[in-house]
Amino acid sequence: MIRELARRPEARVGGALLLLLVAVAALAPALSPGDPLAIAGRPLIPPLTDPALPLGTDRLGRSLLAGLIHGARTSVTIGVVSALVAVAVGMAVGTAAGFAGGLVDEGLMRVVDAFQIVPGFLLALAFVSVAGPSLLVVAVAIALGAWTGPARLSRARVLSLREADFVASARVTGMHPVEIAVRQVMPLALPPVLAVSSVIVAGAILTEAALSFLGLGDPNVVTWGGMIAEGRNQLRSAAWLSIIPGLALVATVVSIYLVGEAVGDVLAGRRRR
Amino acid sequence: MPRLARLVLRRLAGSVPVLLIVVVGVFLLLDSAGGDAVDAYLVSIGGGDAALAEELRARYGLDRSVLARLLLTLGQLARGDLGWSVALNRPIGAVIAERLPNTLWLMGSATALAFASGSALGIVAGRRPGSAIDRLLSGGSLMLYSVPSFWLGLVLAVVFAVRLQWLPVSGIETIASGATGLARAADVARHLVLPVAALGTIYLALFLRVMRAGMVEAWGQDYTLAARARGVSSWRVALNHAARNALLPLVTMLGLQAASMIGGSVVIESVFGIPGFGRLAQEAVAGRDAPLLMAVILVSAVMVVAANLAVDLACGWLDPRIGSGRGGRG
Repeated sequence: MIRELARRPEARVGGALLLLLVAVAALAPALSPGDPLAIAGRPLIPPLTDPALPLGTDRLGRSLLAGLIHGARTSVTIGVVSALVAVAVGMAVGTAAGFAGGLVDEGLMRVVDAFQIVPGFLLALAFVSVAGPSLLVVAVAIALGAWTGPARLSRARVLSLREADFVASARVTGMHPVEIAVRQVMPLALPPVLAVSSVIVAGAILTEAALSFLGLGDPNVVTWGGMIAEGRNQLRSAAWLSIIPGLALVATVVSIYLVGEAVGDVLAGRRRR
Repeated sequence: MPRLARLVLRRLAGSVPVLLIVVVGVFLLLDSAGGDAVDAYLVSIGGGDAALAEELRARYGLDRSVLARLLLTLGQLARGDLGWSVALNRPIGAVIAERLPNTLWLMGSATALAFASGSALGIVAGRRPGSAIDRLLSGGSLMLYSVPSFWLGLVLAVVFAVRLQWLPVSGIETIASGATGLARAADVARHLVLPVAALGTIYLALFLRVMRAGMVEAWGQDYTLAARARGVSSWRVALNHAARNALLPLVTMLGLQAASMIGGSVVIESVFGIPGFGRLAQEAVAGRDAPLLMAVILVSAVMVVAANLAVDLACGWLDPRIGSGRGGRG
């Protein structure tokens, strides 16, 4: 799988970017020690002028590079946690609906419908405004708008597996239906869900950036969206303050799509053979 | 057309329970917040005594139990009354009616632009999969698809409004310009160029990718091969055979993206200072105005339902096999 991926140039570029991002996120405290929200120098130093502060400083004299490094940590955390919550909740609901059938299925799917007709961003906005902006709340808020995809996919998979021979034989041996659902059927429903998970991670990172841009992110951590919003006040004099964190966002999301798409292609190619 | 009317009615009736789930869910979510609109209002007027707070709560019905307020809200909604905004001190229905046209213009233009150019570029890219132009367009669309719309909006504003000064930075029209008729329409259009570009780009990229994928799939089908064998030129096959069939998933995508576009308009309207429907959501959060936020969410949900209904009707018209639930492939 890795070797097949390494043959694709776009997967190599995306993979390298993604590894770099995760490494920066994991090593942020070592790469840029100290509080990234602390004052590091004179305010509004332009990029590439001061060797100690390579990307310059913002209106309050905070290092832009330190913000970028610690912001990577926030984005990676949000992307991973939101996707995990969305996939876990979606698969639980989808498997339950598909396995139970009847009224339970009908009821659960109407709830899925309800979540799908409400714009996820508005739902996240409402949830954060109620629960308060902490990193975990933001991650859950974003997952609220993302779990319906995994739910539909796993339900469809479960419906097609429900009557399979191995499920029938598990029933005959007296296995509890919940155990059959969790241990026999759910693992097989995982691959289609994982195939869309890269899209969920990328979407979560973009949604978090938009929430932070509107001032609804966690105020105690650095976020790229927050940095963009902060730089907006100097758009006429120091546009780089908003442009640089945005470029980091674009690079992150592109790398996730590139890797996700390449993995999808490789998996599709295998199935065809 | 009684059959069409029946279909529309059936779909609308089916969406009532789903909308009910939305109302009850959002109501309970917003109700669990600490502090209400009266608190926010008192802060904004510089505080007041307990008696004033009591009186205001009684006036807005905030002193009753959760269930009583939920039933009250449902009754109001059933009569078509969206309630009273505490933050704006106006009926919510009137505020939304005033704000919605700006947002509909923004979203409608962005959708039209993204659909037209996305599908055209998708045909160009998908005509010869793997060619240089296909690689350029596919790579470019992946980049554009990854750009956060609010950041794109800021960059466009810096370049075209601040540096080049071709277009206005913000607002929906020049304040107190006194322009009417066509002059006013041109003014509004000038204000909408950048927001529409910022909101529409991501969908342009998406439509391009979906169209290209549909074209690639069509090239593997027998009917394109047969057309080529009959000696039909490759552009004709691309346009009349492949693109026609690739269009259907694109139309479906329009409905699927309706909800995400409303979310996008919230941020774009904030970037460009457009007094629209999306920005109401942000104002409601800032003003702790739960009834206003709920109304915005509910109206959005209704718009998504309507968009999907329209898309289904369009699909039925484009592809007669999708015979309104009867016959066909189903």
